[in-house]
Amino acid sequence: MEFLRPASWADALAAKAERPGAVPIQGGTDVMVEINFDVRRPEALLDLNPVKELAEWDVADDGRLRVGAGVPYARLIAELGDRLPGLAQASRTVGSPQIRNRGTIGGNLGAASPAGDGHPPLLAGGAEIEVESARRGVRMIPAAEFFTGVKANALRDDELIRAFWIAPASGPQYFAKVGTRNAMVIAVCSFAVALHPERRRVGTGLGSAAPTPRRATAAEEFASAELDWTGRRPLDPAVARRFGELAAAAASPIDDVRGTARYRRHALAVLARRTLSWAWNDYVAGRRAS
Amino acid sequence: MRVNFTVNGCAQTVDDVWEGESLLYVLRERLGLPGSKNACEQGECGSCTVHLDDVPVCACLVAAGQVEGRRVRTVEGLADRGGERLDPVQEAFVEAGAVQCGFCTPGLVVQAHDLLSRVPDPQDAQIREALAGNLCRCTGYEKILDAVRLAARRKAAAR
Ligand SMILES: Cc1cc2nc3c(=O)[nH]c(=O)nc-3n(C[C@H](O)[C@H](O)[C@H](O)COP(=O)(O)OP(=O)(O)OC[C@H]3O[C@@H](n4cnc5c(N)ncnc54)[C@H](O)[C@@H]3O)c2cc1C
Ligand code: FES
Ligand code: FES
Repeated sequence: MEFLRPASWADALAAKAERPGAVPIQGGTDVMVEINFDVRRPEALLDLNPVKELAEWDVADDGRLRVGAGVPYARLIAELGDRLPGLAQASRTVGSPQIRNRGTIGGNLGAASPAGDGHPPLLAGGAEIEVESARRGVRMIPAAEFFTGVKANALRDDELIRAFWIAPASGPQYFAKVGTRNAMVIAVCSFAVALHPERRRVGTGLGSAAPTPRRATAAEEFASAELDWTGRRPLDPAVARRFGELAAAAASPIDDVRGTARYRRHALAVLARRTLSWAWNDYVAGRRAS
Repeated sequence: MRVNFTVNGCAQTVDDVWEGESLLYVLRERLGLPGSKNACEQGECGSCTVHLDDVPVCACLVAAGQVEGRRVRTVEGLADRGGERLDPVQEAFVEAGAVQCGFCTPGLVVQAHDLLSRVPDPQDAQIREALAGNLCRCTGYEKILDAVRLAARRKAAAR
């Protein structure tokens, strides 16, 4: 095995182009588990820790946040929690403090687990993933197109994830996750909702209930049309319930050690109904986000 | 490969490190610092917790090559040089009876030490949250919470 330590983003891209088999390592919270347990023996590790650009975030000209792939969850929560409340809520549920100090959204996207907690809020918030290769330059991939299968993503083997782009919350956002306890739990299923009042749109993302994280598009269409954006009337319980049903219908869950498909559908309907209710209550009360 | 880094204030050069090796392995097997424990090697138990550039992390999930040029502080580095005087968190763990078999203790001490350096007077919920990544199979955690509260009081009194 080789250990590659590029000093800059340009060096990292060059190294990846030259050694497509090299496995990037950022927080190592997925990669090292696989190496420790001999599940994976890559020909080389490409350490992204020295690439300082990846650990930074800024506000782009179009007002969106451009968040480096190597910003750990702990910093997302502390530095961006007010602007990205849904993603911050999801980040707080990841592993434990030690895992949140190392683990990153870049790594979450790289691993592309259907249960990755960062994914539903990225989908609900309409994020784009910035990836780059030395030869072909930058590609912007909408989060909804990034996940291509169980633990598979749209990255080509000479590409690295540079950042994700996402608009700061313009309305309330929530994330909820079902698990057996609070810490250190892989989601049985999860759901994220984001209200975009300026466009009168509801964004959604569901996790751990299909081969990939995905949006619940029919639920989005339904709620966007039904909600009283101007009058801000309270949420009709029948609308909340229907939203839950449509969210559950968007899933294609399996039975596994963490739960049955039937339970997952049921739980998703509950999570969707609840998170929409919380978000709408905030909106009615004039709270931007919580 | 060769890895250069600082451990508990001392510059170290380690040779013949395997590229897939963890920081935990380097500390325990190559540098003779067995304080950080190896129990799960998958980030679940927290018994390998160390500071990496002042941030507590699981040493089993850091690749050895990733610490090149960086600072690591292990449980051995908390007490005064030579271990003559324990850190207040260590003293409190001993006095509160928070140590039974002791396997989880180093990780808990490092993590509690980090909490108290950031939050001198933590609420119980904050203590529980901070220690959520550290498993103990013996104590039932109550004495551990006592120890952290005791350490917080001691540190406050010393100020
Ligand atoms: C104890 C424990 C608990 C966990 N709990 C949760 C949880 O609750 N929720 C959850 O979602 N996850 C959880 N995880 C999984 C893991 O922490 C997350 O997926 C995390 O986001 C991975 O980030 P990382 O930086 O550590 O990734 P790494 O392990 O460094 O990398 C992960 C993958 O992404 C690739 N990669 C990393 N950065 C890039 C880049 N810039 N460009 C291209 N590819 C890249 C790597 O090659 C690898 O394939 C847990 C893991 C552990 C060990
Ligand atoms: S040995 Fe590292 S967390 Fe258990
Ligand atoms: S004292 Fe034995 S595991 Fe905690």
